[in-house]
Amino acid sequence: MTTAPAHLQALEAESIHILREVAAQAARPVMLYSIGKDSSVLLHLARKAFFPAPPPFPLLHIDTTWKFRDMIAFRDATVRRFGLELRRHTNPDGLAQGINPFDHGSVYTQVMKTDALKQALTAGDYDFAIGGARRDEERSRAKERIFSVRGPGHTWEPKRQRPELWHLYNGTLAPGETLRVFPLSNWTELDVWTYILAENIDVVPLYFAAERPTVIRDGLIIVVDDDRMRFQPGEKPVGRMVRFRSLGCYPLSAAVESDAASVEDIVHEMRTTRVSERAGRLIDQDQGASMEKKKREGYF
Amino acid sequence: MPNSLLRVLACGSVDDGKSTLIGRLLFECGTIPDDVMAALERDSRRFGTVRDGVDYALLVDGLEAEREQGVTIDVAYRYFETPRRRFILADAPGHQQYTRNMVTGASTADLAILLVDARKGLLAQTRRHSAIASLLGVRDVVLAVNKMDLVDFDQSVFDAIVSGFHALLDKLGPLSVTAIPVCARDGDNVTSASERVSWFSGPTLLSALESAEPSRPASRQPFRMPVQYVNRPDHTFRGYAGTVSSGTLRPGSRITNAASRVEAKIERIVTMDGDLDAAEQGQPVTLVLDREIDVSRGDVLAEDPSPALADQINAWVVWMDETPLFRGRSYQLMLGSRTVTGTITDITNRLDVDTLNEVGVRELHLNEIGRVAISLSHPVCCEPYETSRALGGFILIDRLSRATVGAGMITEIRAGRTNVHWHQLDVDKRARAGLNGQKPAVLWFTGLSGAGKSTIANLVEKRLLAAGRHTMTLDGDNVRHGLNRDLGFSEADRVENIRRIAEVSRLFVEAGLIVLVSFISPYRAERMLARERVAEGEFLEIFVDTPVDECRRRDPKGLYQKADAGQIRNFTGVDAPYEEPLDPEIHLRTLDAPPEVLAAQIVDALRERGIIV
Repeated sequence: MTTAPAHLQALEAESIHILREVAAQAARPVMLYSIGKDSSVLLHLARKAFFPAPPPFPLLHIDTTWKFRDMIAFRDATVRRFGLELRRHTNPDGLAQGINPFDHGSVYTQVMKTDALKQALTAGDYDFAIGGARRDEERSRAKERIFSVRGPGHTWEPKRQRPELWHLYNGTLAPGETLRVFPLSNWTELDVWTYILAENIDVVPLYFAAERPTVIRDGLIIVVDDDRMRFQPGEKPVGRMVRFRSLGCYPLSAAVESDAASVEDIVHEMRTTRVSERAGRLIDQDQGASMEKKKREGYF
Repeated sequence: MPNSLLRVLACGSVDDGKSTLIGRLLFECGTIPDDVMAALERDSRRFGTVRDGVDYALLVDGLEAEREQGVTIDVAYRYFETPRRRFILADAPGHQQYTRNMVTGASTADLAILLVDARKGLLAQTRRHSAIASLLGVRDVVLAVNKMDLVDFDQSVFDAIVSGFHALLDKLGPLSVTAIPVCARDGDNVTSASERVSWFSGPTLLSALESAEPSRPASRQPFRMPVQYVNRPDHTFRGYAGTVSSGTLRPGSRITNAASRVEAKIERIVTMDGDLDAAEQGQPVTLVLDREIDVSRGDVLAEDPSPALADQINAWVVWMDETPLFRGRSYQLMLGSRTVTGTITDITNRLDVDTLNEVGVRELHLNEIGRVAISLSHPVCCEPYETSRALGGFILIDRLSRATVGAGMITEIRAGRTNVHWHQLDVDKRARAGLNGQKPAVLWFTGLSGAGKSTIANLVEKRLLAAGRHTMTLDGDNVRHGLNRDLGFSEADRVENIRRIAEVSRLFVEAGLIVLVSFISPYRAERMLARERVAEGEFLEIFVDTPVDECRRRDPKGLYQKADAGQIRNFTGVDAPYEEPLDPEIHLRTLDAPPEVLAAQIVDALRERGIIV
């Protein structure tokens, strides 16, 4: 049994229950794997839920081709280490058109993430897609269901969402419907880190503070990950002690200045920090309801 | 670090200051990051209702639409923690759709915060919220009397509200109540004791939440675990995965599969962190038994005394759908890890949540709670909800939309299959039908009034008779003169009408006959109900497809004329819908061929299907 604190054991139990419901009710389940800390926890829970068998679903990674190099290395090592089946998808149209985060901003997110995800889910004919989203990430997510129904075209409509009572999850689907399932719904960012500490779960090294080459844009710290980085006039990379709280595509995920070089340090930092997790995601800042808009369009 | 998790339901309406109270609680527990606080200050100026201050209510508003309307429309979950406890707070709106939202939030709650506006005192709303919390098994309540500043922190106002609430407990059953005077806007008694209520010596809201010890009866009860998933990676391992719903279990414990009553012993309790010496309520485990017994998803592993195996239950049902609940309707019923078909056999009372009295009814509408009897297609291991939320709570799923349309709490378990044996007859329908040289079947003719259903059915029957086949015809109109003459045309009566016709058809099928039913039967759900009464392949849905304009032109009984004149209400095709069959066995387009040709088509189809030779 886990040595995690009691409240994490309760959250773990709930998540494992949800993952087993997916395995039992789904015809073609898949787990969205984004390589970040939440994915690491989700994967750990899936390994626990089905031990001694491996998780009975493949992992799906939407590769925008702009992930940090460390993320891809971590992904491949994880897949090898646990003997998992990884499926990758990149939007071929976006790739052909050269859609990139420098020139295309929010179009890039739409094409390389949202559209790519929809393509992959449709192509795989998956009925249940498990994701690592948490309700505490953003206030429009506070009402998201654990079993979230998507209509034809992967659209999210408030009217289609089902009441969720007790621990009974209705995974039956009408024609054209699919499900997104969020086993970490009730976890907070602090829970995730405390659990990573208690369970000794590996995460991408980018979460730990190190001196990295950075530039500052619009008040956000951008790490220079490879030679595709475009500098504005006068910009020069400067070494700073930084780490990431949230990982996405490298020019769009901002780092924070920090000395937290271990999971213990991060948990300590979390208990004293005063900035929200998604503050470093450039795409979320347009307006309060922007996440809801993206969700309606099919963003995870 | 927190040492436990408490699930809390917050009830009350926006007007009572509930969002403000929750926002304040989150803020004072340090849950609100600086950048969110900055956004809040900005939003307060734009949307806020608090003059010159921070509107904490905006912290907890979610969806775009509701933020503009200023009304909450669904359950939102909030998270915060103190050094002592981690909290999951379900925020259920008080106004619109309150019942289904509250029931959802209460289903997992350990404790409920009931918010009362000190100026208004106990309202019908407070009674509603208390009744629902109590019905869902939430026994611990914090009565937060808010807006004390607006009554000058007057102790007599507070005392009157508290004693009024205690008077309600007679009808609600035993609740453990902690009453606290608060002013959410200014933070009095939210997390720190207020100096403005020096007469009050009780806890603050937060310390009441931190110290509450809700009773969890499940831990003291016999072991039960609904099997979620059979884990069988290869022939060397077979484990039964599930969450322990009550009791404690050790290797060597003797358990039974409650459905088959077959016994086994627990050999191992497997987890990724190593085998366990014991597993208790709430733990997810994988069990390995000492011998091979038949166990699959939906079964319940239990220690003695085993739970009841029931195919008839009585329950409180909370109805959550716009279409009302009627007797005779069937739904998928999900309980534990089992899903069966549940047919509503009776609806007797509705709970009036304002007065807490019961009222006799025959149907349940959206957000109503009623006493319902349900018959199950297969026996299910269950327990009264009072004993076990896990084996006593269920949801109802619409078989077409797949939406969750109802939630139920078992009050009584009736006549399990163990008591009433289905009479096993040596002479069965196959024997009877074989005698006739045919297979029994139901030919269900559906279509608009005047579509030609009866005309075609009569021609088919004549042909079958001429070929020496044994048949029976049930005509919707004619049945109403006899068997169903006590039924009118209300929604509930229509459902009962079709239920009886379906049952009679089934009896005739048992008798080995080919049954021809002509019946408008406009709803897919009703036709599905009839289909499920007989075995696979015995039900042939025949869609007599005639455009409504043609039916109106024919109008053999003059009914369209009356309906158009408003003399008949709810007339299918005029002011009531007809749901066309999506996948009928036979589709007849009456504009394309005369009835004789269409009847011959049906007889050919029966031959192809081996119903006649």
